[in-house]
Amino acid sequence: MTTHNTAGVAKPDLTARQIRRMKRFDNPWRNPKLIWGAGLMLGIVTLGILGRLFWNTDLVFTGSAPLKLPPIGFENLRGQSGQAGFPLGTDGAGRDLLALIVIGAPNSLFVGLLASVIGMSIGIFLGFSAGFLGGRKDDTIRILSDVMITIPPLLILVVFQAAFGDVSLTLMAILIAAFMWQSPTRLIRAQVLSMRESGYVQMARLSGASTMHIMFREMMPNLVPYLFGSFIANVTTAIVTAVGLEVLGLGPQRIPTLGRIIYEAINSGALIQNLWWWWGLPTILLGLMFIGLLLINLGLDEVSNPRLRKL
Amino acid sequence: MIRIPASYLGNRIVTLVLTIFIAATLIWIIPRLSPVDPAEIALGRMAAGAGTVGNSEEILAQLRSRLGIDQPWIVQYVRYLWGVVQFDFGLSTANFPTPVSALIANALPWTLGLMLISITITFFIGNLLGALMVWEHSPKLVKVAIPAAMVLTSIPPILSALLLMWIFSAKLQLFPLTGAYGLTVEPGWTWDFVQSVLYHGFLPALSIVVVTFGFWALGMRGLMIGVQGEDYTTLAKAKGLRPRYILYRYMIRNAILPQITAFALKIGMLIAGQVLVERIFAYNGMGKLLYDAILDQDFPVIQGVSFVIILMTALSVFIVDLIYPLIDPRIRHGK
Repeated sequence: MTTHNTAGVAKPDLTARQIRRMKRFDNPWRNPKLIWGAGLMLGIVTLGILGRLFWNTDLVFTGSAPLKLPPIGFENLRGQSGQAGFPLGTDGAGRDLLALIVIGAPNSLFVGLLASVIGMSIGIFLGFSAGFLGGRKDDTIRILSDVMITIPPLLILVVFQAAFGDVSLTLMAILIAAFMWQSPTRLIRAQVLSMRESGYVQMARLSGASTMHIMFREMMPNLVPYLFGSFIANVTTAIVTAVGLEVLGLGPQRIPTLGRIIYEAINSGALIQNLWWWWGLPTILLGLMFIGLLLINLGLDEVSNPRLRKL
Repeated sequence: MIRIPASYLGNRIVTLVLTIFIAATLIWIIPRLSPVDPAEIALGRMAAGAGTVGNSEEILAQLRSRLGIDQPWIVQYVRYLWGVVQFDFGLSTANFPTPVSALIANALPWTLGLMLISITITFFIGNLLGALMVWEHSPKLVKVAIPAAMVLTSIPPILSALLLMWIFSAKLQLFPLTGAYGLTVEPGWTWDFVQSVLYHGFLPALSIVVVTFGFWALGMRGLMIGVQGEDYTTLAKAKGLRPRYILYRYMIRNAILPQITAFALKIGMLIAGQVLVERIFAYNGMGKLLYDAILDQDFPVIQGVSFVIILMTALSVFIVDLIYPLIDPRIRHGK
């Protein structure tokens, strides 16, 4: 995979640019979409890490800064201009937006990742069981995933969080994960069903390998690209669900998350007061997060499916 | 005309009923696991309104029997399921004697109307654009739409709603900020009212369309590439049919079919997304009802709204599955 076959590629009728691109695609992981997407996500994570190191995170507390200050270079309706101490401005409760974002953005990402990891693990287990064991177990799992896939998670979670009030970030992730296993289960089940009769699985079975060995050592490695794609798609869905709950005023009440910042901004009439930085910055950050995840997913598609790659 | 095998129909009906049953049960169990007592919330609201409430123990007992929560769990559950079958979710605790079903009946037409309009527009525009991306006679400009469509699909409608609201309502003041119709307009079948509804509904619908059309466009693009290489398309060209005729009657007609199945899978997410858009625009639909109920801790309403939306989703998936052979005569159920 890493050795570059440069001799056969250089044809006289190709431009230098096309030759370069051909060489680059010799290694499928050096995919521009994948790199850009991963770069975006890394940037957001770095913002969280560096921000915690170099920025005063005590500014997330209410009243730690002047109210409704605009970012540097802008003016708010009261004619105040931005101050260097609060480069991205402050919200209506006197909290620094940079500090809020530094704390809040990794929180939103964390919920997405954790929910997706749990959902994936359940999905892998159920999908393999259904596809490999078959029979009544398969029927039960198939019907259950068919049923659960039509229920929008947001609405069940609204009922849950309205009943229980303040939930922790981890609990919210676990709750979302309860609705993230259906699509990986279906995907893996379908793949396992088609793989079950293939030569190498038959061979392993004849050699007396255990069910677990066949499932996880023989079949699983072939599914890795699918699993990755499904994982990233699930992270997006989990973050969208979490943000949805937060915008409805549910979810963790005391920890800053991007969705909660937006909720507070809307409730305080930030739109009419033209405090665009208050809701706008978390919105842009979430947008970048989703674009990053999409690019990673498209990149992974191209890595696992060479037909999608273009010159 | 179309024959749906009984086994397939039975299978789908079982899934549908099971979906509704599980959703109803989850919605019922969850609030009962929490320590919150709806009767105390209602009493608290009374106390907040009146200053003090005398003989509160009696009122609590009264409220509990009125809300039916003094019965054993199993009786409550059976009653609840029986109620759900009749679309009876009990009484709202925030607007106390109003039945939940009446509140939902007021909000549902708004949500359905907005959804029907935005989904129809997004499906139409998205698929047409996706088809034009592949068609060789389409203007060069359409090809630029691909990256834009891709990026926009990744953004949920709440974010686009916020941005559009800020640009068009707060900044340019072209559209109203909140509500589903003007405060000065009397609801009814008058031209003024219809105009006001369209005017208020434009931005919520646009914010859904903007971020969802790309999904259809990209799907359609992939399908059209497949259809473009088919023999029947080549034959149609060889016969000298007009390119436009080939596009609509040969290419789109065949490529659109899998898109309709995708529609069924996507509908749950669309409805959930729209609920949030309604909350942002304070649109008079289910989203606002749900949001107000969350603020008031009005559980019967939260349950009712959640259930009706889940029911809508499950029914749409069911219907799309059943009518599929009508639009694609090649498909036969049960095989």
